[in-house]
Amino acid sequence: MSITQILSIVVAGLLTNNIVLSQTLGICPFLGVSKKTDSAVGMGFAVTFVLLIASVVCWALYTYVLLPLEIEYLQTIVFILIIAVLVQILDIVLKKLSPSLYNSLGVYLALITTNCAVLGTANVVINDGLGIIETIIHSVSVGLGFTLALILMAGVRERIDNNSAIPKCFKGLPIALVTAALMSMAFAGFAGFSF
Amino acid sequence: MDKKTKDTLLGGIINNPVFVLVLGTCPTIAKSTNISNGIGLGLATLFVLLCSNVFISLLRKTIPGEVRLPAYIVIIATFVTVVQLFVAKFLPDLDKSIGAFIPLIVVNCIILGRAEAFAAKNNVLLSAIDGVSMGLGFTLALILLGAIRQFLSEVCKLTFFVSSAGGFMIFGLVMAAFNYVITAINNKAFSKKVLLDMKAPKAEDVKEAE
Repeated sequence: MSITQILSIVVAGLLTNNIVLSQTLGICPFLGVSKKTDSAVGMGFAVTFVLLIASVVCWALYTYVLLPLEIEYLQTIVFILIIAVLVQILDIVLKKLSPSLYNSLGVYLALITTNCAVLGTANVVINDGLGIIETIIHSVSVGLGFTLALILMAGVRERIDNNSAIPKCFKGLPIALVTAALMSMAFAGFAGFSF
Repeated sequence: MDKKTKDTLLGGIINNPVFVLVLGTCPTIAKSTNISNGIGLGLATLFVLLCSNVFISLLRKTIPGEVRLPAYIVIIATFVTVVQLFVAKFLPDLDKSIGAFIPLIVVNCIILGRAEAFAAKNNVLLSAIDGVSMGLGFTLALILLGAIRQFLSEVCKLTFFVSSAGGFMIFGLVMAAFNYVITAINNKAFSKKVLLDMKAPKAEDVKEAE
């Protein structure tokens, strides 16, 4: 695999095809955990970790078990179970290794299971027929793209939440969504946007 | 009709999953680009929600508490697979436009949320009503957003609103309008006439976005 191919996958995952701002996947944690930069960083890397392992395990299971047995239709069920197990393992490990991060992530850690970015990426990897190396690079860059969007959003929201000029009905999520719209426009610029 | 049934029946509107509970935002933004996508994805979600609610309610005394979440997810994933195969076989056009988002119904938080918050605690009939009501609430929200975005992109020729940025923007504005109306209704100081006037900004919000 040439260096240009690797670069194009990385740039697509990070910027042009950003999972949150252009694919609109993983919005729940994007809105829920983006109030503080610290927890945004922790959440971003936790998701990246789950994304990488989940994609690789799903890819291997699909290629070496589901395809030979011709039971591809079980894809959804098998993938979601793998993700649920991985998140459970991460939960146990984090509780032991880093209790402070564990507490700041709170319920959102368990909710990585239902983060559609994870299942979405696992599906994309299978549907696009990527090889194992491409799968690894793709899932890491998608995860880092998620982290980037989360950190940027947290930086903006830390300021927005203290701003008294925002109308009452826009407080909280609505203004966050409008902010996300502006960020999404900026990210669309990377892909050469046309009105 | 007793109060509980009535509350459950109206749950989809009063506790609208999209605008009030803010669950299932990803498919909402991604697939509300036009009305037909909204209806398709809304009904697919409604079917899964109804079936999973009924099944989980039936099994609520059998499933041990410690393993309930994996059990729920497997039940939900089974029904999603049913929908996935059905749409791929009989509705190829719909499959092309929303196909990528059908497997993602598994991770739509509305479904797991209702399983945990409602179906696990209530009887089969109430759970079925809750599934239909919440599913319809979700479908209506998708249709509302889809109608606004389709109008802006096709009639007003603003293709921006088909992009994900437009989706975020319209979703935020409609949610703000929802908050505005709900606060107004809750505020008893307003007379009925004022209340009607309060609904006006909704249209203006949308115009502003243009």
